[in-house]
Amino acid sequence: MNKKHEKVIAPDVGWRNVTRAGIIPTAGNAEYYETGGWRTKKPVWIEDKCIHCLLCWRFCPDSSVIAEDGKFGRFDYEHCKGCGICVNVCPSDAIDFIDEGETSEGRNDGE
Amino acid sequence: MNKKVALTGNEAVALSMKQINPDVVAAYPITPQTEIVQFFSSFVANGQVDTEFVTVESEHSAMSATVGASAAGARAMTATSANGLALMWEVVYIAASNRLPIVMPVVNRALSAPINIHCDHSDTMGARDSGWIQLYSENSQEAYDNMIQAVRIAEHPDVLLPVMVMMDGFIISHGLENLEVMDDESVKDFVGTYKPDHYLLDIENPITMGPLALFDFYFEVKRQQAEAMKNAKDVILDVAKEYKDLSGREYGLFESYKLDDAEIAIVVMSSAAGTGKYVVDKLREEGKKAGLLKLRVFRPFPHKEIAEALKHIKALAVMDRAESFSDFGGPLFAPIRSALFDVKNDIKVVDYIYGLGGRDIVPPHIEKVFNDLEEIKETGKYDKLVNYLGVRE
Amino acid sequence: MATLKEQSKKEQILTGGHRLCAGCGHGIAVRMVLNAAEDPLVIGCATGCLEVATTIYPYTAWRSSFIHNAFENAAATISGVEAAYKSLKKQGKIKDDFKFIAFGGDGGTYDIGLQSLSGAMERGHNIVYVCLDNGAYMNTGIQRSSATPRGADTTTSPVGKVIPGKQQFRKDLTAIMAEHNIPYAAQASPNNWRDLYNKAKKAFEVEGPAFINVMAPCPRGWRYNTPDIADILKLAYETRYWPLYEVENGEWKLNYKPKKYVPVEEWLKLQGRFRHLFRDENRYIIDEIQAEVDRRWEVLLERCGEK
Ligand SMILES: Cc1ncc(C[n+]2csc(CCOP(=O)(O)OP(=O)(O)O)c2C)c(N)n1
Ligand code: SF4
Ligand code: SF4
Ligand code: SF4
Ligand SMILES: [Mg+2]
Repeated sequence: MNKKHEKVIAPDVGWRNVTRAGIIPTAGNAEYYETGGWRTKKPVWIEDKCIHCLLCWRFCPDSSVIAEDGKFGRFDYEHCKGCGICVNVCPSDAIDFIDEGETSEGRNDGE
Repeated sequence: MNKKVALTGNEAVALSMKQINPDVVAAYPITPQTEIVQFFSSFVANGQVDTEFVTVESEHSAMSATVGASAAGARAMTATSANGLALMWEVVYIAASNRLPIVMPVVNRALSAPINIHCDHSDTMGARDSGWIQLYSENSQEAYDNMIQAVRIAEHPDVLLPVMVMMDGFIISHGLENLEVMDDESVKDFVGTYKPDHYLLDIENPITMGPLALFDFYFEVKRQQAEAMKNAKDVILDVAKEYKDLSGREYGLFESYKLDDAEIAIVVMSSAAGTGKYVVDKLREEGKKAGLLKLRVFRPFPHKEIAEALKHIKALAVMDRAESFSDFGGPLFAPIRSALFDVKNDIKVVDYIYGLGGRDIVPPHIEKVFNDLEEIKETGKYDKLVNYLGVRE
Repeated sequence: MATLKEQSKKEQILTGGHRLCAGCGHGIAVRMVLNAAEDPLVIGCATGCLEVATTIYPYTAWRSSFIHNAFENAAATISGVEAAYKSLKKQGKIKDDFKFIAFGGDGGTYDIGLQSLSGAMERGHNIVYVCLDNGAYMNTGIQRSSATPRGADTTTSPVGKVIPGKQQFRKDLTAIMAEHNIPYAAQASPNNWRDLYNKAKKAFEVEGPAFINVMAPCPRGWRYNTPDIADILKLAYETRYWPLYEVENGEWKLNYKPKKYVPVEEWLKLQGRFRHLFRDENRYIIDEIQAEVDRRWEVLLERCGEK
């Protein structure tokens, strides 16, 4: 069993095994739900230009800028919806905003 | 230790709440329930309970705060009547659907309009499909006993549903009566401490309560809730058995009064059952085979047991203290009649709507019902399926 | 004041994988507010976009305990949670410290939940209530609320042949909450994230009820270019439409005074919901909005002792 299966009730579960009252006892398990597939454009970090101000981290509505040790770490493309907010708040043009199809990583289709 | 005291229904219920000593009570005044809130406030003011008392600005918030408190892991209660219950409506369903073991005394009062402060069952009958267990009390003694049992029923792991404990407004809530109450320690032991499995204040295991569940999961959640209500029947009986050992008083899903050999009978709830029993006794003296079934548990509805208890009756009257505006009798009539359908022995069942807005019900009214039943028994025919008892023509 | 570097080292209570629209202001505002909490939280939420998008069974985007009850009762619900906490703590049944916060949309706060909120604030619970004001009932499809700006095109104040959008000015909820004489009330904007962080921190720290009204733009309902949210937020306070202020124990304080006068139409013109106002026959509405913004600003300056 991978982590997701431990933390997310399966879609075919019968009524006896659904959680009582639909309580979700696995806090924060939405991280196993991918919203990356919503993107049509994607932010791409340009390391050289980054001054690690973390404004992109602060403004991302989807907790999809991952800060590591107080610095820009990476984008979480499993959840980033490509809203472009980080691109616009970046004070040093360190985020490119490109069409989703443009890179080899391709589209991520969620579920 | 039991002791005899003279209390009104409201005093008896307030006393039970004091002895249960809930963690949170959130309530709002409304006649005829107001006294419960007042008595309870004085227990809080005098440090006689550990309860955090939330003096909300409405019944809607009373139920909302009670839901919040119960979800947080507290034993939580509120109390209301009529319009107060109606104002809570949306959250009454949510409390049950979130499987929160809240106990709520409801002092039955007629719903507006016209506005009226006296007893009928239109308030709680309307809430019959909200997912709450409903226990109706004939008198103060039963209200007191039902309150204490309600805590155990609600919190039972096979149930985890809220319970409404009803008594008739003014007739019982304000009537002084001799009853037997238990000492605080016995009640405390009987109700035990509430140990929720999932609760908001569990620091190790945070939960989300009240999510959005659509066509893919909602039905399963509801099916499970239906099962909990089904389970409640056995739990109610088990708790009653334990309660009898402690108090000496016996409770079931309903009380059968002289039903065994009866040919004509009435089904009745709450205070009118007292009047009904008096009339049954009188008719028995006259040699008439009259009986009575007093329903205590309306939700879950003990359909099998009722059918079994009434299967030999020839003519039956259901006494409804509420209209359902269906042109098919009151809210008690349809399920009773339907429960008897499988018995298939040609029982004639008629409905009597009585006592709306506190209209008196006195022995001659019930004598008339039994007279009608005699005739139905003899002729096999009835005049009217739905009758209004005590209304001016 | 924690720097972003410090803030970023705390666990994020709202995870990714929620279903708010791309670029929704709710996600930004909630993350900023929750970052200021030091203790474990119980979070309450009114029905609305935030609740619907973050708790789609069997997923929850909340790492703290969370309760949604109904649309109009988030304040009463969280007050019940807080009462339970007080009671259980007093009785020694729980040991840990908790803080309590509820989020509601403008519909759930200015309108249908106002009574519940007023009651909870008056009773003095130790709770924080945050209104995420996007100026309409977005979750049901952009209907007007009492927070909707005058002139806005919504689905229940549509621009028609005879009525050009919403007729009324918005209710001043922050002032109404301040007049409850609670220890802390504030109005904030995520664009001024330092200010919002400070306000959230104060709100969590004061003993008793605190209220923060946070502007939370909705790209769908406001019809602006989604990546431009920071500009939209900034112009809202630069034009004095959404002043940043706080009321601490009855003391009114202006937190930001624009350096120059920026007409409100600079903010309006970026949003599709106001497009019709720029037609000749509707320009008078912009003038009326400007006059009202100016009037309210003067009142605020007075209250804040800036005059
Ligand atoms: C009692 C009740 N009335 C109406 C609704 C329908 N409803 C759900 S959310 C909503 C609007 C929410 O608007 P707001 O509070 O501003 O939050 P937003 O979605 O804009 O963030 C409405 C009208 C409801 N759920 N409950
Ligand atoms: S906003 Fe730009 S400069 Fe600042 S951390 Fe992000 S990418 Fe780097
Ligand atoms: S594009 Fe939007 S969702 Fe993606 S990282 Fe940037 S701000 Fe976050
Ligand atoms: S409709 Fe508006 S408020 Fe609702 S999730 Fe989308 S952007 Fe956010
Ligand atoms: Mg809104």
